[in-house]
Amino acid sequence: MTYLWVFLIGGVICAIGQLLIITTKITSSRILVLFELVGLLLAAIGIYEPISAFAKAGINVPIVGFGASLATGAINAVKSSGFLGIFTGGLMATAGGIAAAVGFAFLFGLIFSSHTKK
Amino acid sequence: MRTIYLKNKPRIIGAYSIVGPKEGRGPFGKYFDYVMDHDKFGEKTFEKAERKMIEHAISHSIKKAGLKKEDIDLMLSGDLLNQIISSSYAARSFNFPYLGLFGACSTMAETMAVGSLLVDGCYLNNVVCSTSSHFSTAERQFRFPLELGNQRVPTSQWTATACGSCVISKSGNGPCVTAITFGRVIDFGVNDVNNMGAAMAPSAMDTLISHFEDTKRKPTDYDLIATGDLGKLGSEILIDLLEDKGLKLGPNYTDFGHVYFSRGEDTMCGASGCGVSASVFNSFVMRKLLNKEYKRVLFVPTGALMSTTASQQGESIPGVSHAIVVESGDEK
Repeated sequence: MTYLWVFLIGGVICAIGQLLIITTKITSSRILVLFELVGLLLAAIGIYEPISAFAKAGINVPIVGFGASLATGAINAVKSSGFLGIFTGGLMATAGGIAAAVGFAFLFGLIFSSHTKK
Repeated sequence: MRTIYLKNKPRIIGAYSIVGPKEGRGPFGKYFDYVMDHDKFGEKTFEKAERKMIEHAISHSIKKAGLKKEDIDLMLSGDLLNQIISSSYAARSFNFPYLGLFGACSTMAETMAVGSLLVDGCYLNNVVCSTSSHFSTAERQFRFPLELGNQRVPTSQWTATACGSCVISKSGNGPCVTAITFGRVIDFGVNDVNNMGAAMAPSAMDTLISHFEDTKRKPTDYDLIATGDLGKLGSEILIDLLEDKGLKLGPNYTDFGHVYFSRGEDTMCGASGCGVSASVFNSFVMRKLLNKEYKRVLFVPTGALMSTTASQQGESIPGVSHAIVVESGDEK
């Protein structure tokens, strides 16, 4: 049952992205930022946590989860180390993801070469 | 009066086309001179592959014309990359003078028109004209690098990996260029880079109307009227625009971009890129002109003149289309 909900919620989020690509002129990079901001907003007003508890990877894996991590990280850092946490918290919370993205991109760049889409 | 008539009728004495594997599977596949197995053409990068395609096409078109490289007086070429590097770097490997021209996807007509005029004016004997495009270099230049794996939108067109080259000469046998109508830059304010057909259609309309007014000809006076890469949507817009002005294009009208790929290839609105009109003209159209199936052809490649910087600043897309008339001609 959990898998089904994760699949459905993740699918709906991606379908919204696809609909935006097809029906509007918003570029894919802007859609990406938009999703991230939605996650950020949801976390900031405190409703991301309950959704995430239910939807799990369905909402954490899409970029929405990254936005939420930025917000949660900043909020926690402000609580623990004060004002400067606004600047350090977001990146500290997401550092794992960012470092993995850079590292794996480099690794795969070494192994594979790009090909034209079939 | 924008149409120029060429009195000495310069001849196209050799033509050559080279395309990628996906293009080779399309309806024109059997007409192309060379279909590559892989679109890297044995090179390390896509940019180097595009450059090698131009070198290959130019060398072979000279060979097909029965000439040697020393006989060529001038090379005219252009492509879609910044500083037209495919053409200019290809020119590095040849020993003849070079003029780089940029007309986006109208470049084949632009190089042929300028080359024909130089030959017609008896300034030069043999010129070689070429242009190319490559899906993966154009994606990197105008859209996103392939590695991003970006989603394509329904109105977008697929840049063809293709190159065409021809030798235009004062003497020899082959179809002749008899008239040229250079295009004006027309901008109707379309600013969607994923809908270039709509951006270019008004410029094709402007050039075609001038051409038919100047020459007092009708569309039925041609065996083929072909625009370059308006795609499905763009060519429908052109037909509508011309109908409003009282010009009716019949079944002899086609858009190479629209018919370039087989149905079933996921190419949305068809093909785009300089290579589309260059490869089809220098294979299919030349073949039909040589066997006299076509007596008179109006070739109108269409170009969208935007750059990524201009687009990011919210600029609309200006279009330009040049028309050249090629006739099968009698043996000299």
